[in-house]
Amino acid sequence: MIPATFDYVKPTTVDEAVAALAGAGDDAKVLAGGHSLLPVLRLRLAAPGLLVDLGGIEELRGVRLDGGALVVGAMTTHAEVAGDPQVRDNAALLAQAAACIGDRQVRHRGTIGGSLAHADPAGDLPTAAVALDAELVVAGPSGRRTVKAREFFVDYFTTALRPDEVLVEVRVPALPGWGAHYAKVSRTAQAWATVAVAAAVRRDNGTIGEARVALTNMGPTPVRATAVEQALAGAGPDGVAAAAGHAAEGTSPPSDTTASAAYRTHLATVLTRRAVARAAGFIAVDGVPSPRGGTE
Amino acid sequence: MPQISVTVDGTRYTDDVPARTLLVHYLRDHLGKVGTVVGCDTSNCGACTVLMTDHAGVPRGVKSCTVLAVQADGREVTTIEGLGGDHPVQRAFHERHALQCGFCTPGMIMAAVDLLRDNPDPSEEEIREGLEGNLCRCTGYQNIVRAVRDAAAQMRAEPASAPDESAQPVGVSGT
Amino acid sequence: MTATVAEREVGRARLRKEDAHLIRGRTRWTENVTVPGMLHLAILRSPHAHARITRVDVSAALRSPNVVAAFTGADLADLQGVLACAWPVTEDMVAPTYTPLATTEVRHVGEPVAVVVARDRASAVDALEAIEVDYEPLPVVLDMEQALADGAPLVHAEAGTNKCYTWVFDSAQAGTGGDVAQAAAGAEVTLKRRYVQQRLVPAFMEPRSVLVDPGQDDITIWSATQIPHILRFLLSATTGVPEHKIRVIAPDVGGGFGGKLAATPEEWIAFAVARKIDRPVKYTESRWETMVSAHHGRDVIQDLTLYARRDGTVTGLEVKLTANMGAYLGLVTPGVPLLGAFMYNAIYKIPAYRFECTGVFTNTTKTDAYRGAGRPEATYAIERIMDDLAAELGMDPVEVRRRNWIAHEEFPYTTVAGLVYDSGNYEAATEKAMQLFGYEQLRAEQRARRESGDPVQLGIGVSTYTEMCGIAPSRMLGALNYGAGGWEAARVRVLPTGKVEVVTGTSPHGQGHVTAWSQIVADQLGVPFEDVEVLHGDTRTSPKGLDTYGSRSLAVGGVALAMACGKVRDKARLVAAHLLECSPDDVEFADGAFRVRGTPTAAKTLAEIATAVFTAHDLPEGMEPNLDSDAVFDPDAFSFPHGTHLCAVEVDTETGQVTIRNYACVDDVGTVINPLIVEGQVHGGVAQGIGQALYEEAVYDSDGNLLTGSLADYTVPSAADLPSFTTDRTETPATTNPLGVKGVGEAGTIAATPAVVNAVVDALRPYGVDDVPMPCTPERVWQALQQAKEAAA
Repeated sequence: MIPATFDYVKPTTVDEAVAALAGAGDDAKVLAGGHSLLPVLRLRLAAPGLLVDLGGIEELRGVRLDGGALVVGAMTTHAEVAGDPQVRDNAALLAQAAACIGDRQVRHRGTIGGSLAHADPAGDLPTAAVALDAELVVAGPSGRRTVKAREFFVDYFTTALRPDEVLVEVRVPALPGWGAHYAKVSRTAQAWATVAVAAAVRRDNGTIGEARVALTNMGPTPVRATAVEQALAGAGPDGVAAAAGHAAEGTSPPSDTTASAAYRTHLATVLTRRAVARAAGFIAVDGVPSPRGGTE
Repeated sequence: MPQISVTVDGTRYTDDVPARTLLVHYLRDHLGKVGTVVGCDTSNCGACTVLMTDHAGVPRGVKSCTVLAVQADGREVTTIEGLGGDHPVQRAFHERHALQCGFCTPGMIMAAVDLLRDNPDPSEEEIREGLEGNLCRCTGYQNIVRAVRDAAAQMRAEPASAPDESAQPVGVSGT
Repeated sequence: MTATVAEREVGRARLRKEDAHLIRGRTRWTENVTVPGMLHLAILRSPHAHARITRVDVSAALRSPNVVAAFTGADLADLQGVLACAWPVTEDMVAPTYTPLATTEVRHVGEPVAVVVARDRASAVDALEAIEVDYEPLPVVLDMEQALADGAPLVHAEAGTNKCYTWVFDSAQAGTGGDVAQAAAGAEVTLKRRYVQQRLVPAFMEPRSVLVDPGQDDITIWSATQIPHILRFLLSATTGVPEHKIRVIAPDVGGGFGGKLAATPEEWIAFAVARKIDRPVKYTESRWETMVSAHHGRDVIQDLTLYARRDGTVTGLEVKLTANMGAYLGLVTPGVPLLGAFMYNAIYKIPAYRFECTGVFTNTTKTDAYRGAGRPEATYAIERIMDDLAAELGMDPVEVRRRNWIAHEEFPYTTVAGLVYDSGNYEAATEKAMQLFGYEQLRAEQRARRESGDPVQLGIGVSTYTEMCGIAPSRMLGALNYGAGGWEAARVRVLPTGKVEVVTGTSPHGQGHVTAWSQIVADQLGVPFEDVEVLHGDTRTSPKGLDTYGSRSLAVGGVALAMACGKVRDKARLVAAHLLECSPDDVEFADGAFRVRGTPTAAKTLAEIATAVFTAHDLPEGMEPNLDSDAVFDPDAFSFPHGTHLCAVEVDTETGQVTIRNYACVDDVGTVINPLIVEGQVHGGVAQGIGQALYEEAVYDSDGNLLTGSLADYTVPSAADLPSFTTDRTETPATTNPLGVKGVGEAGTIAATPAVVNAVVDALRPYGVDDVPMPCTPERVWQALQQAKEAAA
């Protein structure tokens, strides 16, 4: 299938991109890696009048450390995020989540900014961003502002990003030394997550000092499992299962062709237990072989 | 209509293309490179896989149905037709009976070339995961996995003699 | 004398001749073919599952940029013809009129409603949005059992019913076995089971494409089809264009699996439009269009009753099927379940058998042949219920099969369904498969995991299958009311230099016929493998044939080829005798040459004979100077490949995820022409069988929208989802054809699905689970465990 016609601009600075968006209103779409947008255009589920391609803006690429924050440019690809040593050391969860998106080709083109702005409830990076208390820097006509990841995701495919704003970078508080695990169950290797759980754990003498846990596809936006986190504080290996029992609290999982809400609720608990135990180093592997269909 | 300059299989082309033109349609309809095919609408099947340099000039496997031709402006693209015909991966696909109908084959071969550039000695598991973005309905993948292992061994044994090295520098530069 | 071919070609793992252009992208898919003046066709499709069309207005589309023409169904009414079903299985079968472009009513989402022709594809697609259609929605019926209930909405109001047909086979009536009522009365064990064959999508990788070039005198069609010959016949029969004025070319075709065993609305529409505007037009579908318009497979409810004694002997089997036809009848839609009717008894000596199938119309895409067509369904059901019998009796599943299968010394064996199985050795294949698999060790591991309460349980699944291949003896097809025969044709032309051109009526699309046929000819005529050219897939060069489906190509077409070679040999022997100045009776074909018996150095090769025939200077009196021949083979009987597939799965009882741990199979496909190709067919077949067992399902919402309309939602497994398979063979030659071949195209698909599902259920039996509906997704496994838990509580 072929997209409907659109106008196309390729700015070289963020300001130019913002200017291009200004005035176009809902008729403009930002093109990042294109791996969410182009299939939608090809199926003619959307027909924007203008595409603003961020591919020419060098400042949006790359990873750097800025004080206590890991900063990832919005146009950094999933492959770059997954393979970057600074990301692996300071936000391992982000690297793991990026590594299990789609397939190699998708990871070569898809970008962190594109994934976050697309806000698919089954997306992996939004959950990692929420788990890690990331902050998203966006640029608009009146300058730049910072939005907390937990406030960025508003609803299904809906974010706090305004039509005339561009996502510039993701700032993740560096958590060096934390254990992390992203546990995902999907119908096939390539498929979106049925449910996934992102866990990052600060280990403290064989127990859990602090834990961050967030859930993928358990509602319209990523869900931070705060009850689980509270129950995990100070927990040892024997405390994980009970804490994971709180995983589904406050969630509203969908029922669709992939799975029912009831199954998702069950899966959230199992995967939370496993992800936390892995992140905490309580088990070396999940205790079960990794099905080819999943990426645990 | 935007103008683009793209190097495809070693030849530089400059064309005016409608912005909505997909890279795969540019290759097929504008350049006559019909070796690269379209199998789906949603970037799942991988039949359209080609190598395209990234912003840093490194060739990467991409799905050309999910790239606009305008996004390829200034890049170098290698299709199955630019691989030289006797690339170790092409040879191994033949020798291992890694194709039946052959429709997925160009994309599968390009995905394998891409994988082997990153990982010259992949395990079976790594090959299977590395090719997860390419669907084949005929072979059950087993002979494809064998072929990629064979090709990897061949390319490790004689890296200099990889036939695309001289013919197509785009296809094999390292990361 | 030139060199002769010492080594036999048949049985060699020859690398394929087909590969060279495919690995280089030098391909001729229909979509790659262009002709001068070619225009592009796009099709507007119904968004409704059932609606009356009250108005179609294409005038705005005609004003859209680059548009050359636009038509409604009414515009093409006099040209487009109808789509025919070739298999009226009963005299009273309901066969609704099926027009390529709908005129008054649409009956499934995706049905073609109007078309646009433009200079380029993008413009054609753009213009579709300008077409105005008024629909009056009608009630939708999707569920087969609801469709059969009184007062259900009717898919075809004029038919007065959603029932297409009911077809019955009863062994007592047919005289091929006993009465199931008596079996029921005397049964010590009665098992009733319902299995659901979910709807599948063939998912060939090459989307369908058709190019029609109306020349001055004749019309050429390139199509991504499995059946160029049948296509030509049907186009002629339904549009009135004389058959000899139609040329059909199936160029490179990217897979079919039965999905391109079809006469499609798109082909008929393109044919009509090209004639209407007198310009070449090409149509290539998007994947979404493949999903909603190309036929689907399976979608059958299977109700089985098995009668047995407590020693494990099966005494009778009743099968009642409800088969979803979809909204219309495709080429062989109603006949697909009948191909399974003779296979439910499988490899077992079942004394009494009754089969009944009811076809039902629903507001869904039509179903038709998909790899195995009827036989995978049959094999799945019988192999599942044999496992249940074993569980019921506390026996090993292999032992239950052993007690019932036909022993190798009992061949030829006439089954309760009336077929004569010529050969087989189930004991040998099973024994070999169990060793390859490590059956006893895996059972021991299973016991250990059960005892330790491991959350990951091990399951072992067995499938001992046979299938009827070599479709088909024409008389038997006639008896089943099929509209054509089952023969196949071949032609051999020996060129002056001794090279050989072979024309086959089969139409390969990945199977490797060019390579395998070359091997056959090399042995038959004593020429090098490289000296054989195989022509196919073009009705101008290959005017006679019945194409490729149903694992028939080798077992029918390959045999026809061997017969044609035999005729060449017969004539060559006469020439050789003449040249060697001896009696033809003294000339034998040995070691690749025609030799004088007792004086093997006195010999002539085919090349030498070909030259002599070409010059025609010195031939036997009255002999025509050619070395060409034609042969048509109409088999007397089906062939019956068989084998044993074993699958071990690990089931994560917490998440429900299934991982194939080990898969081993031993297939007996008779004489093997090329082991490489056979292995490839088994691999691909098994992968598709696993696809049905674990991953694939076409799903509709309650309005009749296909929710799985892309490869993102219809989950075809990738390399990362599948294991490696251990394959091996036994070789029991067929006795019903001179090559001893049986066919291998569908074996893997038929065998694998029950092996995998039996393994999943086996893993969960200690929890009280005796069924997991397909596909056995993590959720379905978890649900089965939940239900068993609730039932126990």
